Amino acid sequence: MANPYGAVGSVATVASSISSGAGGASGGPDAPGGRDDSLKSALSTGQVLGRLIGCIRPHLGSFLLSFAASAISVVLQLYVPILVGRGIDCIIAAGRVDFSALAPLLLQLIAVIVGAAAFQWVQGYCVNRLAYETVRDLRTQANDKLSRMPISFIDGHAHGDLMSRVVNDADQVGDGLLQGLTQFFTGAVTIAGTLAFMLSISVPMAVVVVLVTPLSVLVASAIARFSNSSFVDQQRIQGQLGGYVEEFVGCQKLVDVFAYGDEVLEGFDALNQELYVAGERAQFLSSLSNPGTRAVNNVIYAIVAVMGCICVITGWPAALTVGGVQTFLSYANQYTKPFNEITGVITQIQAAFASARRLFALMDAPEEEPDAPDAVELDEPRGSVELSHVDFSYVPTRPLLRDICVHAEPGQRFALVGPTGCGKTTLINLLLRFYDVDAGEIRVDGADTARIARDSLRRAFGMVLQESWLFEGTAHDNIAYGKPDATREEVVAAAERARADSFIRALPQGYDTVIPEDGGTFSQGQRQLLCIARVMLTDPAILLLDEATSSIDTRTELQVQRAFDELMKGRTSFIVAHRLSTIRNADCILVMRDGEIIERGTHDELLAAGGAYAELYTSQFTHA
Amino acid sequence: MFKLLKRFGGSYRANLVLGPLCKLIEVVFDLFTPIIVAYMIDAGVGTRSVQPVLTGGGILLAMAAVAILFALACQKMASRASQGMGTSIRHSLYEHINALSHADLDRFGTPSLTTRITNDVNQVQLAIALGIRQLMRWPFLAVGSLVAALAIDVRLGLIFVVSMAVVGGLFWFVMKACIPYYRSMQAKLDRIALIVREGLSGVRVVRAFVREGHERRRLADAAQDQAATAIAAGRLSSVLNPVTFLVMYLAVCAILWAGGIQVNIGGLTQGQVVAFVSYMTQALLSIVYVANLVVVFTKASASAARVNEVLACQPSVTDEGAEPVELWGSAGLPDAAEQADGGGLPDAAKQAGASKRVPTLALRNVSFAYPGAAADAVHDATLTLMPGQTLGVIGGTGSGKSTLVSLIPRLYDATEGAVEVLGRDVRAWQLKQLRQVVGMVPQQAMLVSGTIRSNLIWRDAKATDDDLWRALELAQAAEFVRALADGLDAPVEAGGKNFSGGQRQRLTIARALVGAPKLLILDDSASALDYKTDAALRVALASYGRDAAASGELPPAVVVVSQRVASVRAADLICVMRRGNVVGLGTHDELVRTCAIYQEICASQGVEDETVSPGMRQFPPAQLSHETVSPGTTVSRHEEVRHG
Repeated sequence: MANPYGAVGSVATVASSISSGAGGASGGPDAPGGRDDSLKSALSTGQVLGRLIGCIRPHLGSFLLSFAASAISVVLQLYVPILVGRGIDCIIAAGRVDFSALAPLLLQLIAVIVGAAAFQWVQGYCVNRLAYETVRDLRTQANDKLSRMPISFIDGHAHGDLMSRVVNDADQVGDGLLQGLTQFFTGAVTIAGTLAFMLSISVPMAVVVVLVTPLSVLVASAIARFSNSSFVDQQRIQGQLGGYVEEFVGCQKLVDVFAYGDEVLEGFDALNQELYVAGERAQFLSSLSNPGTRAVNNVIYAIVAVMGCICVITGWPAALTVGGVQTFLSYANQYTKPFNEITGVITQIQAAFASARRLFALMDAPEEEPDAPDAVELDEPRGSVELSHVDFSYVPTRPLLRDICVHAEPGQRFALVGPTGCGKTTLINLLLRFYDVDAGEIRVDGADTARIARDSLRRAFGMVLQESWLFEGTAHDNIAYGKPDATREEVVAAAERARADSFIRALPQGYDTVIPEDGGTFSQGQRQLLCIARVMLTDPAILLLDEATSSIDTRTELQVQRAFDELMKGRTSFIVAHRLSTIRNADCILVMRDGEIIERGTHDELLAAGGAYAELYTSQFTHA
Repeated sequence: MFKLLKRFGGSYRANLVLGPLCKLIEVVFDLFTPIIVAYMIDAGVGTRSVQPVLTGGGILLAMAAVAILFALACQKMASRASQGMGTSIRHSLYEHINALSHADLDRFGTPSLTTRITNDVNQVQLAIALGIRQLMRWPFLAVGSLVAALAIDVRLGLIFVVSMAVVGGLFWFVMKACIPYYRSMQAKLDRIALIVREGLSGVRVVRAFVREGHERRRLADAAQDQAATAIAAGRLSSVLNPVTFLVMYLAVCAILWAGGIQVNIGGLTQGQVVAFVSYMTQALLSIVYVANLVVVFTKASASAARVNEVLACQPSVTDEGAEPVELWGSAGLPDAAEQADGGGLPDAAKQAGASKRVPTLALRNVSFAYPGAAADAVHDATLTLMPGQTLGVIGGTGSGKSTLVSLIPRLYDATEGAVEVLGRDVRAWQLKQLRQVVGMVPQQAMLVSGTIRSNLIWRDAKATDDDLWRALELAQAAEFVRALADGLDAPVEAGGKNFSGGQRQRLTIARALVGAPKLLILDDSASALDYKTDAALRVALASYGRDAAASGELPPAVVVVSQRVASVRAADLICVMRRGNVVGLGTHDELVRTCAIYQEICASQGVEDETVSPGMRQFPPAQLSHETVSPGTTVSRHEEVRHG
């Protein structure tokens, strides 16, 4: 399953309200809601660039060093042909070779070559380091950001899309930087260097070259404009395809069981075909920049050749020698080449920009409201919980909970009973402040939860959800998740009380066996046992159990039940319950229907009252 | 890489050949440019006339125009071929993933498969495009220069050859050394994806335990790890350009010195040395470009290997050799009579008569062990289920219940014994047909983005609205679907997260019911349902079976896997499992008397008082499924209608 924890009561249309216009609603396997476009950035190109430079700031040292190294290396490289030319001047003809001049010249040449190579290496190394460290920082920041986002945001966006921003887009930014920076720096310095050398030979000719070069830049930017929009298209479809694969490969086993593969493949092919059209277009348009600027350069070369020859022949506008023409031609070539290279990396830079925008859109999304400045810490929570007149809805048009009032004294046990979708799970979302109430108050130990620091509030709770979440890590680490400094003895003790010890011991490396993502081959029951052990270990004041025992091994269920009874002693507990024993043992049963509490009382009281609970009880537990 | 080219390049052969050829023509024009300029100087400047200069300039412009046409043609072919091949590779990969066994799916994992089908194919695509566009250009310039240099002087050419060999060796070494780095970079990228994914899917647990900081550190560590590898790889590959530059210009120095000696004794002219040096720099420039290509191709070959790894993975469950089954009318029955007679096509009536006597499901001494496991996950199971009957499979966690039923639609093949569906060994069925006859609701309720309709028609794309509503009614899902503004066309988000767990479960049950399966397997699928809905579901299924039988169709058999006694007690046959063994087989009443483990299970679920109540015993097991549940649950079903 792609997203086991996405299940929230009846979140019916939360997502669509959060992400208006998301592709998710458009139906059919051919139009899956892969990437959602709601998370868009309105940043201008300049702003994106500014933000990127901000990201580089921590690595300013490498940044400046690479720039300096690049400048030195390029100047040395430009000096090499001049030394080679002087060397050739020493070798005129038979018997006219000046070895005494050639020897020191060659030594000088070797020094320059070694220097150029060394600085080129420094530059390459710095840029590489800079790029990957920036990618790392971006990833870390984006993930940090996700951990500060409200749950409603995470529920409301395709996980594949969020993931792709953290993983792929950060990479794209890095690639763009890597390629872009290297070539851009060397290109810029080469341009400046050659310009200087050209001016030193002939000012009018240099002016001619400078005047015609913008042609090259114009052509390049025109092509870039063209290909930019097709790039955005390609990225979008690529994202949809990624979302599709993520989703369907995620439930590939189900697809297999239903022999639905052909249909899924059809949907994939439709997207794949779209991607071909967009990708082919984007690639063709962007690949025009190289030959395009090369063609312009050839034209410039022809103009310089003609102008140069005319200068030699007529002496107007400036006198020039044949050797001068040759030098100029080679420098004209040198001068336009960096433009070529810079336009060559434009596609990369464009992709990096598109990705940077998507990344910044995530980083700029509004975060979970911070704790109130006067928020209190819950020290040693006693576990009294009071809900007074709580209203809540995921979408304003569909009220879900109405006027919920519950008062739980420390140590009391509440069973929530009612048909699916009546708001039981939502109550858990509110108690832990995954969502905030629309009206009314929830008080823990007499303090409004809105005024309690979230972390301290959540530490007071222990939660076991319907669908158990395990991460890739050892069994020990999975159990010790809530108490990472727990000793092996504590972990084993918790596992024993959760009846998870025996099957963990049976694993190849016992508690050190690495459990794959989503639990791998563990049955749901075993996964849940691990999650129960996890809560056992943290020893919270208040327990929230969402059908916790529904798929536990029936044979050990009684024992787990006893362990729970023990754990629940002295702790306030809310249980979304289906088990008769749980319900019977509750201090208070809350019968919910359509977001309201319609009956409350003990098992015996409610049976005697002969209302909805009595009806439910007789239908479920006496004849089932 | 070559494997991929060979397999997918076929239909793009023209582009793969003509593209580089066009590029070559552009290169040739590039090479001609200096000759034209020489003509302009010699003929124009030499005679002091402007005409040849202008002519030369015109030729240069014309060549530029023709060159760009060829270049455009090349770029077009490159983008067509690379994107086209990328598209075919993606298609084949996905097709192959469809055929992979569940064990292989576990081994690769979703994030890795997703990366392979997206990023890796993109890398390969890029390499193909660059291959067409540039692979010919730069080596051609390099080789052309070498040939020209050797033609001038073989001895000086030796310096050229040696230096190129050094550079070539350097490339080979760096390429070799980089491949493992790129592989490990990809693996580390997969890990980053995994951590982000876990963080998103487990967001509630993470926050409930206040472990955001830990999750942030985990990702930061993984990102740092990946960056460190990338930087190490970069350190290696960033040596290429400077060292190439160094070697080539040191060679130029050597040529100047050795050339100087030659010129001094009259063996060479100054012009020849100049030409030699310019060819050397020409080759140098080309090799630097080749170096950049090497990086792209190294990355791509790592990606190609990852793509090939998936493509090379042989699916363990295939329908090789299976014949399509002769279907009986719309009911999807095998020609049981034909099998019995060993030939001929009996009339429909006879088939129908025969088929009702053929068990829908038969397990004959079935054992199964997971690959590499020492013990059997299912050991020596034998049972028979007739059309219309219900089989309950009950047992503890890890007792082999789910494994047992996963042998029926051939998610795995039994290691011993035979599984028969409608009288035919499952290995003799075509997979697609088998899985159409068998409807399965897996443990986890999975929905995909789309609409309710698109999620329901998996088994039968042609299902009508009536069919869908019938399935929804049976699955106790009709009410809440009806309450949605768009009904059947209401949107479903990725993972079905806009529905509650119970709603998703009911939708997945409805999905299995569309297309009238002859064998319905509910693999612990009612666990997310409350008792009331669970009971209503069982009543609905029972009446559905009766209706089917009454209308002359083959009534579906139902297999219910559960840990709840309540879910299986009405079954015609209950199979009690423990540690892979069938430890009890019979009706509820029989097992309550004879099977110790079953008694224990009953006791743990507080059903002991009811089992001894005389009111329950008086119904024969077969009727139990239909009648006993009804009185109470009709009411509750009604309730559900009002409140769901």
